[in-house]
Amino acid sequence: MRLSPLNARRWRNFKANRRAWWSLWIFALLFGLSLFAEVLANDRPLLVRHKGDFYTPFLQFYPETAFGGDFQTEAVYRDVEVQCLIVAAGEQACWDDPEGILAEARETGTVLGQPVQAGWILWPPIPYSYSTVNDIGGPAPSAPDARHWLGTDDTARDVLARVIYGFRLSVAFALIVTLLTSVIGIAAGAVQGYFGGLTDLIFQRLIELWGSTPSLYIIIIVAAILPMNFWLLVGLSTLFGWTALVGVVRAEFLRARNFEYVRAARALGVSDRVIMFRHVLPNAAVATVTLLPFIVTGTIGSLAALDFLGFGLPSSAPSLGELTLQAKQNLQAPWLGFTAFFTFAIMLSLLVFIFEGVRDAFDPRKTFR
Amino acid sequence: MRDTTAPPPLVRVRGLKIHFPIYTGLFRRHTGDVRAVDDVSFDIWPGETLGLVGESGCGKSTCGRALLRLYEPTAGSVQIAGTDIATLDAGALRRARPMMQMVFQDPQASLNPRMTLADIIGEPLSEHTTLTQDERLARIYELMDQVGLNRRFANRYPHEFSGGQRQRIGIARALALNPKFVVCDEPIAALDVSIQAQVVNLLEDLQDRLGLTYLFISHDLSMVRHIADRVAVMYLGRIAELSPRDALYERPLHPYAQALLSAVPEPDPARESSRRRIILKGDVPSPARPPRGCRFCTRCPQVMPVCREVQPELAEVEPGRLVACHLYTATTQTAGPTGGTEATEHVQQGETP
Repeated sequence: MRLSPLNARRWRNFKANRRAWWSLWIFALLFGLSLFAEVLANDRPLLVRHKGDFYTPFLQFYPETAFGGDFQTEAVYRDVEVQCLIVAAGEQACWDDPEGILAEARETGTVLGQPVQAGWILWPPIPYSYSTVNDIGGPAPSAPDARHWLGTDDTARDVLARVIYGFRLSVAFALIVTLLTSVIGIAAGAVQGYFGGLTDLIFQRLIELWGSTPSLYIIIIVAAILPMNFWLLVGLSTLFGWTALVGVVRAEFLRARNFEYVRAARALGVSDRVIMFRHVLPNAAVATVTLLPFIVTGTIGSLAALDFLGFGLPSSAPSLGELTLQAKQNLQAPWLGFTAFFTFAIMLSLLVFIFEGVRDAFDPRKTFR
Repeated sequence: MRDTTAPPPLVRVRGLKIHFPIYTGLFRRHTGDVRAVDDVSFDIWPGETLGLVGESGCGKSTCGRALLRLYEPTAGSVQIAGTDIATLDAGALRRARPMMQMVFQDPQASLNPRMTLADIIGEPLSEHTTLTQDERLARIYELMDQVGLNRRFANRYPHEFSGGQRQRIGIARALALNPKFVVCDEPIAALDVSIQAQVVNLLEDLQDRLGLTYLFISHDLSMVRHIADRVAVMYLGRIAELSPRDALYERPLHPYAQALLSAVPEPDPARESSRRRIILKGDVPSPARPPRGCRFCTRCPQVMPVCREVQPELAEVEPGRLVACHLYTATTQTAGPTGGTEATEHVQQGETP
């Protein structure tokens, strides 16, 4: 794919903005890593060697019986008995003295003096998932230590794991909602601005009505009727967020529809749809790009706010807003507050820096080199 | 002037009106209209160039655009090759577009800066024809040859061209679909004088080769004299005079035409020094509140009492010469109908708003 000269220039301009360029890399790295959160932080091992076979518990379901246990339910890999069964090739003595047998099998490759096919377990760097309730042997929340690098929250869940998953959830939510609202908003603004007149008048009044709907109440009501989940929240946010872009796009289309080349295209008999997309929409791109960062950061903020108020995702979900709420309720555990603050600060700053660079790159009056 | 065996006119405009409504006040009430074009009628014969001249704001561009229905006419009919453009629905209008095209005033503004030359010229082809990629490119090259653009430029963007070259692109685009009728809306106004001649010659050359019919809108009277066969002079939304070119430039009949043409400089210094300029007093009245009676009565040097009361109709006062002025209607009445079918038609259609 070859970039058009204009886009090539924009790309050069973006790269020339070092802060934006590095922010993009750091953000891409963080978000890329968080996309593999299951590999980074999980309470299931990545790879298990048991009786000469390989198992991938983080991808697949294995009942405890697969490793010589009693239950048909999924093996609880965090239990020392299960670990013992895996490593000691299903030795039944594991039920009595799991630690001892585990240590013996690991060190010598024997169990109770008998040589066995010793297995092993490969854990992720953070062996807790966002919903794992850990046995911390004390009151929760517990302070950061060697096992829980950012401590645990008030139900003894590892904060670092929750932050990794929460970061992914927040960013994914913001990007999906922004994409959907932009598509709908641009389409609606385009139709209004391009056709103008009565279409515009009626549409504008409808948008004013729609925009004055108290969306928070609607979300609370819906949350009372339906169990809240990620996609429902995406749908609700899109439903009330799409009006954000309409005004700008409409204004751009109102301006551009009287351009001479748009008139020329109309005289050529080009269909309205093609004129809108080929001739007018590129003009609206700059204004749209200018607004996008506000929508993205605003969406992250609103998700956090809903979670903070308790009307967002269920509390088991890895939510940064819920972490903030816990921080407020547990002022004696400052690691919660600091984690929430720095996560939001870094995430939003990076996004703002990136979009600032994008906006400047799209500005035709700005010259870099 | 024209014998009866002549083909029917390609373009037939009758009683064309374009009014832009004015809304004022809190309730956006419809309080008036800008009468940009008010009851204009004319014919254009195949292969002919009709010049349309007049000062800024007299409605000539609006009239040209309305012919292609870029504006919705308020009233009247526009027949091009027998089809009434003014009443077609959107789909039929789109199918009728290929036969009528337009060359725009500002070549810079009328080309999308984000499209390459090949994309611009090829756009009408991809919209209205089912050519393959190769056929389309062949046609684009053919058009570029016709308007004198180097084929190597096909992938360049409009900003890489000079004004004259851009206008050639605009012409090539207008010709892509083999139109019969082309509205040239001040195609040379934005160009340097040296380039103007090139573009006008190109237009004439293409007319000869492709048998095009032009409506040539301009405020450059010398250029119109060069290219047009007949010339219509517009003032405040109405045609003041419509005459064959030579007759008009030799001896304009309507007082406004006289004043307008007296402004054309003479190349001969001896004649230039003796040239009598008619300086009009006052400003053009607002097209939202045109004067009662003749549109020109507020500035006419030969104004009569009747001019302020009765609107003169466009009538044939000499063979082939149509004038809307009370100075001449008196003579036509005494001399009896001078036989122009045009004239009677206009009288029948005449409606004083």
